[in-house]
Amino acid sequence: MNPNPLTFDSVQIGDMLPPLQLPPVDRTTLALFAGASGDHNPIHIDIDVARRAGLPDVFAQGMLGMAWLGRLLTGWAPQSRLRRFDARFQGITHLGHAMRCSGRVLEKLDRDGERCVRIELLSANQYGQAKIAGEALVALP
Amino acid sequence: MIDKKWIGHELPASVLPIERSRLQFFAKAIGETDPVYTDVAAARDAGYPDLPAPPTFLFAAELDSGAAFQLIEDLQIPIAKLLHGEQSFTFHRPACVGDTVTVRSAISDIYDKKNGALEFVVKDSRATNQRGELVAELRSVLVCRH
Repeated sequence: MNPNPLTFDSVQIGDMLPPLQLPPVDRTTLALFAGASGDHNPIHIDIDVARRAGLPDVFAQGMLGMAWLGRLLTGWAPQSRLRRFDARFQGITHLGHAMRCSGRVLEKLDRDGERCVRIELLSANQYGQAKIAGEALVALP
Repeated sequence: MIDKKWIGHELPASVLPIERSRLQFFAKAIGETDPVYTDVAAARDAGYPDLPAPPTFLFAAELDSGAAFQLIEDLQIPIAKLLHGEQSFTFHRPACVGDTVTVRSAISDIYDKKNGALEFVVKDSRATNQRGELVAELRSVLVCRH
């Protein structure tokens, strides 16, 4: 449990969220996420399909990466405080890529009568390649 | 080129019952270990009536129903050329086990860049619960890469 409650006043612009480091993407993860998320697109789970599509192997679903960024956010503030969550998928996450999700407080603002912080989100692999960039709005007490 | 006649097209509604075993499976699949997402007692302690659906879960609605796949077929985008470009969620209220969420989408735009080498389809969605309350709004940008 976090001993320092997260409040609008306690947060500073530039603060980094505690990062989330994921293990290297493997086929098991892609298979389980396909089942759980409802995305049965075989390009993410069947190497024969991936190869027929001209790719060397299966690759991660974009929404898997976004789900990990979601974990970064809900690990920092309760989900009930999340107001917006946007992601831009900038590149393919391949098998073996170990993604690191990070976030930084960009702005403190008022939105619809709630005090919120705007968070810049990034998911990058161990080679420094950014695969997802995004933003979130979190209402803080 | 994707036919612009599809702008304004409304997808059939997708009905997603929020179920405990599915949410527990989803949490496992994304490596989520926070008990609020898998343990009902923890969820209730956090103020939820039951397990809450994590932030990206509602994307499953149109996958489960087949509406997402049907759209790709309608637009004639080959699977090999399809990429998910952008996704956004605006959250209004939680969705928890016991809720039934209905997602209604429409294609709001189709455009291209790089002289047609990249085509973009923008889909806007509203997710409501069984009480007709707005749960979330979603926006997806699908990319067809020629």
